[in-house]
Amino acid sequence: MKKECDVVVVGAGPAGSIAAKFLAEKGVDVLVLEKKQEIGPPKRCAEGINIQGLEKVGLKPNPRWAVNEIRGVVMYAPSFKSVEMKFGFGYILERKIFEKFLAEEAIKKGARYMVKTHATGVIKKGGKIVGVKAEYMGEELEINAKIVIAADGVDSKIARSAGLNTQNKLTDYHSGFQYEMAGLKNVKKDMLHIYFGNDVAPKGYVWIFPKNDNVANVGIGILGKYSEDGKRAKDYLDKFISKHPEIFETASPIEINTGGVPVSSSVETFVTDGLMVIGDAAQQVNPIHGGGIAIAMNAGKIAAEVAAKAIKEGDFSRERLYEYEKIWRSTNGKKMEKLLRLRNFLEKLGDDDFERFAEILTGADIVKLTEADYGYLLKTVITKFPKLMPMATKFLT
Amino acid sequence: MLVDKNKCCYCGGCVSTCPQDALELQEVVLVVDKNKCVNCGICAKFCPVGAITIEK
Repeated sequence: MKKECDVVVVGAGPAGSIAAKFLAEKGVDVLVLEKKQEIGPPKRCAEGINIQGLEKVGLKPNPRWAVNEIRGVVMYAPSFKSVEMKFGFGYILERKIFEKFLAEEAIKKGARYMVKTHATGVIKKGGKIVGVKAEYMGEELEINAKIVIAADGVDSKIARSAGLNTQNKLTDYHSGFQYEMAGLKNVKKDMLHIYFGNDVAPKGYVWIFPKNDNVANVGIGILGKYSEDGKRAKDYLDKFISKHPEIFETASPIEINTGGVPVSSSVETFVTDGLMVIGDAAQQVNPIHGGGIAIAMNAGKIAAEVAAKAIKEGDFSRERLYEYEKIWRSTNGKKMEKLLRLRNFLEKLGDDDFERFAEILTGADIVKLTEADYGYLLKTVITKFPKLMPMATKFLT
Repeated sequence: MLVDKNKCCYCGGCVSTCPQDALELQEVVLVVDKNKCVNCGICAKFCPVGAITIEK
C-alpha cells in the first residue's frame, strides 16, 4: 500500500513526538511510525530530567508522568565520601506514561500515528531520500514524504540506510543495565544518588534515581570497551547491590532495563537530502552524565521548525535542512563538545584523584562543571594536582 | 554469532556497534544478517548481560 505525507517521523520516543507536535502545530501533514505495538515501554533510561528540559519544549510537569520531584544530586567517591549539589528542580518521569502523553499531544495538534509499524529503510530517488518502506501487520507500505525524520533511537537503521554514519564505537559508548526496584531503604527521595569508582563502574557510574519512598531506578553505565565476560554492566551492578544491604536488603526488582548510551557528543552530521536525524539516533546525549531526553526533545523542536520552513519553501535539500544542524551545533552542540573533552579528562583519573576532588570541590563547583564551565577545575588542578596538569592542558584548554 | 534468547533484553544497544550493519532489533527479536556478520565480536563485548556469543 502507498501513503503520502509531508514529513514521516520514524520513532515515537520523546524526540519524534516533540518533532511531530511542532510540525503538526504549523499545519504540516506528519505521520509518525512506531515499531513497537505500544508507545513507551520498555524504557532504556533512568528517567531523570530537569525543569528546563521540559520548559524548553513547552511542557509543564504533570503529576501523571512527573512522579517524583528532585532537588539535587549526591555524588559518592569510592570511599563513600559524598558531595551534595542542589540544582533547583528536576523530575523522575514515568516514561511509559510520558511518551504516550507526548504522542497524545501531537495527535491533538493533528499528527497521525501508526504503531507496530516497522520502517525497514529509506526510499531513494536520484540520490535523494523521498520516503520510507515499512511493514505493518504483514503488509508492505511505501510512504512517500518530502522529509524523513529519523528518531529511531540508539538502534537506528534509517539514518544508516540513508548513508549516514551512526555507528557507535565502544570507546564512546556506554553499556547500560538497570533494575527498577521496590523495597529500598535509606535513600533520600528528593536527590539523585551517583556512585563513582573504577571498581564500582569503570569510566562510568552507578545511579539510584528514586521514584518514590521505596521505588527507584538502580542502574549502571560502564564504558563499552571495558565490558567483557564476568565484568559486564550487570555483573558490576549486582556486585554493588550485594555490597549495600543498608539500601537493598529488602529490595527486589520489578523491571529490568538494558541499553547503550552514546557519549560521543553527536554523530558527524544530522542531515542529508530529504532526511534529518534527531535524538539518540544522532547520539545527542550529554557525554558526562548520559542524559538525553531534554537534548533529544530540543533537537526535535529545532528540526521541526526548520522542516516546516523547508516544506513551505519546497526545498528539502541538505543545504536547506542544514539550518537545523547549524542551530544545534552553535547551541547544545557547543556544550556537548566541551563536555566530551571534560569526559576524556575525567576518564584519565584514578580512584585516588576522585577522592581528592571530592575533598576539594563543592556542590556549586560541580554544577559549573556539568554546565561545561571548567575554569575552576583548571585552577584547582594547577594549585592542587600539578601531576594532572599535562592532561588538563591536553583536554581542557 | 549466536543470541541467547533467554538473556537478551531486546534493548538494541548492540545494533549500532556493528561495523557491518548486520544487526537489527525487530519488535522482540534481535535479527542477525548472517550474510553480513563477520563474527568480529564487538556486539558481544558490548552486551550488558552477555547474551551474545561468537561461534568459533
